[in-house]
Amino acid sequence: MTAPTALVDVAGLVKHFPGERGLLGLGRPRARVRAVDGVSFTIARGRTLGLVGESGCGKSTAGRAILRLIEPDAGRVTVDGQDVLALGARELRALRRRMQIVFQDPYGSLNPRMTVRQTLAEPLAIHRVAAGAEADRRIGSLLEEVGLDPSFTGSYPHELSGGQRQRVGIARALSVEPQFLVLDEPVSALDVSVQAQVLNLLADLQQRRRLTFLFIAHDLAVVKHIADDVAVMYLGKIVERAPAATLYAAPRHPYTTSLLSAVPVPDPKAQRARIVLAGEVPSPANPPPGCPFHPRCPHPKKNERCRTEPPALRELAPGQLVACHFAEEPLRP
Amino acid sequence: MTEPLLRVRDLRTYFVTEHGSGTARAVDGVSFELFPGETLGIVGESGCGKTVTSLSILRLIPEPPGHIRPGSFIEFEGRNLLALAPRELRAVRGNQIAMIFQEPMTSLNPVFTVGDQIAEAAIVHQGLSRRAARARAIAMLQLVGIPDPGERVDHYPHQMSGGMRQRVMIAMALVCHPKLLIADEPTTALDVTIQAQIIELLDRLQAELGMAVMLITHDLGIVAGSADRVVVMYAGQVVEQAPTPELFGHPLHPYTEGLLASVPRLDTPPARAGGGGGKLHSIPGQVPAATAWPAGCRFHPRCPYAWDRCRQEEPPLLDAGGGEPGTHTVRCWLLTEPRRRTPRVS
Amino acid sequence: MSVWTWLALAGAVVAALAVVAEVRRRAAASAPGRRFFRHPTAAPGIFVLAFFLAIALAAPLVAPYPWYLQIDIVHVADRPPSARFLLGTDLYSRDVWSRIVYGARISLGIGTLAMLLAVTVGAAVGAVAGYFRRWVDTTLMRLVDVGLAMPRIFVLLLVVALWGHVSVPLLVLLIGLTGWFGTSRLVRAEVLSLREREFVAAARALGAGPTRVIFRHVLPNAAAPIIVSAALGIGNVVLLEAGLSFLGFGVPAPRPSWGTMIAEGWPKITAAPWASLFPGLAISLLVMALNAVGDALRDALDPRKEAA
Repeated sequence: MTAPTALVDVAGLVKHFPGERGLLGLGRPRARVRAVDGVSFTIARGRTLGLVGESGCGKSTAGRAILRLIEPDAGRVTVDGQDVLALGARELRALRRRMQIVFQDPYGSLNPRMTVRQTLAEPLAIHRVAAGAEADRRIGSLLEEVGLDPSFTGSYPHELSGGQRQRVGIARALSVEPQFLVLDEPVSALDVSVQAQVLNLLADLQQRRRLTFLFIAHDLAVVKHIADDVAVMYLGKIVERAPAATLYAAPRHPYTTSLLSAVPVPDPKAQRARIVLAGEVPSPANPPPGCPFHPRCPHPKKNERCRTEPPALRELAPGQLVACHFAEEPLRP
Repeated sequence: MTEPLLRVRDLRTYFVTEHGSGTARAVDGVSFELFPGETLGIVGESGCGKTVTSLSILRLIPEPPGHIRPGSFIEFEGRNLLALAPRELRAVRGNQIAMIFQEPMTSLNPVFTVGDQIAEAAIVHQGLSRRAARARAIAMLQLVGIPDPGERVDHYPHQMSGGMRQRVMIAMALVCHPKLLIADEPTTALDVTIQAQIIELLDRLQAELGMAVMLITHDLGIVAGSADRVVVMYAGQVVEQAPTPELFGHPLHPYTEGLLASVPRLDTPPARAGGGGGKLHSIPGQVPAATAWPAGCRFHPRCPYAWDRCRQEEPPLLDAGGGEPGTHTVRCWLLTEPRRRTPRVS
Repeated sequence: MSVWTWLALAGAVVAALAVVAEVRRRAAASAPGRRFFRHPTAAPGIFVLAFFLAIALAAPLVAPYPWYLQIDIVHVADRPPSARFLLGTDLYSRDVWSRIVYGARISLGIGTLAMLLAVTVGAAVGAVAGYFRRWVDTTLMRLVDVGLAMPRIFVLLLVVALWGHVSVPLLVLLIGLTGWFGTSRLVRAEVLSLREREFVAAARALGAGPTRVIFRHVLPNAAAPIIVSAALGIGNVVLLEAGLSFLGFGVPAPRPSWGTMIAEGWPKITAAPWASLFPGLAISLLVMALNAVGDALRDALDPRKEAA
């Protein structure tokens, strides 16, 4: 069976940050923070992969490392056949036209001293796509495409609402006509009613422009509505990956199950027994030995093997990968 | 019929803005009641006035630029909080009514140990000695589920994770066994699994201590699971108020309907249905600025059912019937003309 | 003092008032502008600065006599203030008021030019250090540490003494090049925090190179500490220049630097105090005005106040 061509292929991505140094910066460096610890996935053209996890799991770092906004320590990233990590500065700049990013914070991701027009004209100038009247024309059509009135070109970010700012951020990413978009928590900072607007917009844009999305989020309900496939990260590793329908209906990793069970559902009649995990979200500076999740894992069959042997990410069914010794006997709340 | 623990009537809190764009009427005529032992959820998006309401109850609004308008009435156990002298008010804060906030890092003082901060309330309100207060602090840490409380009592906030700091805040708030706990977005800044822990903790503590909780949040899921009654706020006003099952089962205000429909949920099939499926319902437009509330019904510019009356006359809170009067109230003209509840063709 | 010079003086006062009114009007439109004028000393500060600027620019019209003219060394040396000599005469029978007017050119000129030099170098060094970090940052900051540790006035005295002759351009260069260290630290701190902001990451993600990122994104948002630095910096430079001139190592006599004027009037300080007093007052007034405006600017541009 031939899989649809993967636009994005990530293999063994690793990013460690040096830990804090003791003794005012002169001592030996302490434990490394293993933010991304061997992450691999592929995204087919036109599809959306949701990357979920809690704070510290490494999902934002992974997203930025793929775009080389942070330099990865190891691994291979291929976008449309090109090895991103091997490119020199000039080729990288050219490739940047194909892959873009939309950030979480609509307040912080726009330069407060630039008008909307200047913000949108900049990428056109950097890549020498258009200037002057042609640039204005493109800017106008971009704004319309994201649902903003073209009269906003003269506004500064502080004059816009959160939702409007986010739309400008999306327009900016689209201005260079990318094929691949990394969306780093694009709706987390927005109100519920605006969230829905922006999610609908993203779905429309994906259809119209045949975009490929890496949708990074911590909100599982949001991801459910936009992702085709979902990968769950914990402590720098992917612990489960499956098509969205499968993952939400029948999760196989105990962490995924706990995560899904912890999300509050807006229906008083549907209050179900929750799995409440004990303990804190661990720090990636000090991952436990063996399976990274074992200290908090509520699986009844957890044993010595979990404490010593890290489980490999293995394929249980086509497209469904799990990293758990007991993946065949999934936890049920 | 028990007496309400807290009664808020016609609360108006306005802020003077310097731009000359006039007064921001952040809270503009809010009324509700809270009964002993119950959890009241106050739900709304940013700009609706829910936080300002909670701060007004404890009179924590900075006096310029904000002020609570005369004619507002806040009664706690029969006493008018707005008429109390500063000393009497201080005896209420932290003692009878306690508050926890959204950002545990900025709400805890970084230069004091958590034990000191918890003990402070006990020392101030109950006159405990330092040693007794410290023992009390350790007991509170145990109550909120912090492991090794004897050791943790001497830790500083920066040595603790977000979830633990929130527990410390809860311990600080509960040390004097208040009758009312105001929780302003207590889990918004936390991870989902930690959020579940904190919600479970609050539920347990409420049952054990028999206190009332005012839970302010934008998360409808939390409200569905924890609140007995819900107040929905929009543009500085209460727009709907009902017991929780009633609100989620039969939402009557178009804003409530819109909110419930636009929240992405785990328990419904996805809107996408694999490539070009349906969409999430969304409420068009955005929340208006507090300096310029729309005339008539404040929601009318975004409402699918609006007609002339909505544009001209502001609806009062109307009773929706069904059960005791006042159980389910809605600020909407549709209650008087239910036949208009068909969306306009745009 | 003839009618014309009185008129010119009145004109300078009126011009200064007009400037204050205009600045006030434009500032009312923005929150930082309003915060600026909330300081009670801000408006007077602007008035004084505008006044000195006006008389410096219109010196030939405002000053009744040329600054070098010894009017009558026999009869009118060391005369107290009168209708003819507004602020009296000095030991060489030169009109003190005229010399102060022309001296304003020197103080403001050197102050502005040296400050511009210092701020430009400081901002550039700070931005480069803060943006590129690692060894670039370390090297540059060690240089700044040395610069900050150096006793500035002694270094200046030393260089001037070794150089022999002093000229105004040399002074500007020296004062400017010894004065950028503090600014670079401020700018570096600002840049360090700005580079983590998401709009900077966004610019890099779009393919912007370091030059564009620094000049279009980082520096414009770091303007606040640069502007405050500049305003307060001029005051420091004016004092420094006056001090050097007083010691004889600054602007050479007979040019009417206010510092030189104080030195020249010093021997007769009891008999004819006005020759030293008025230049001293002028320096004080100018520096106070600069500090007032600088302080008000610092509060006005403080981003934390944006919350209000």
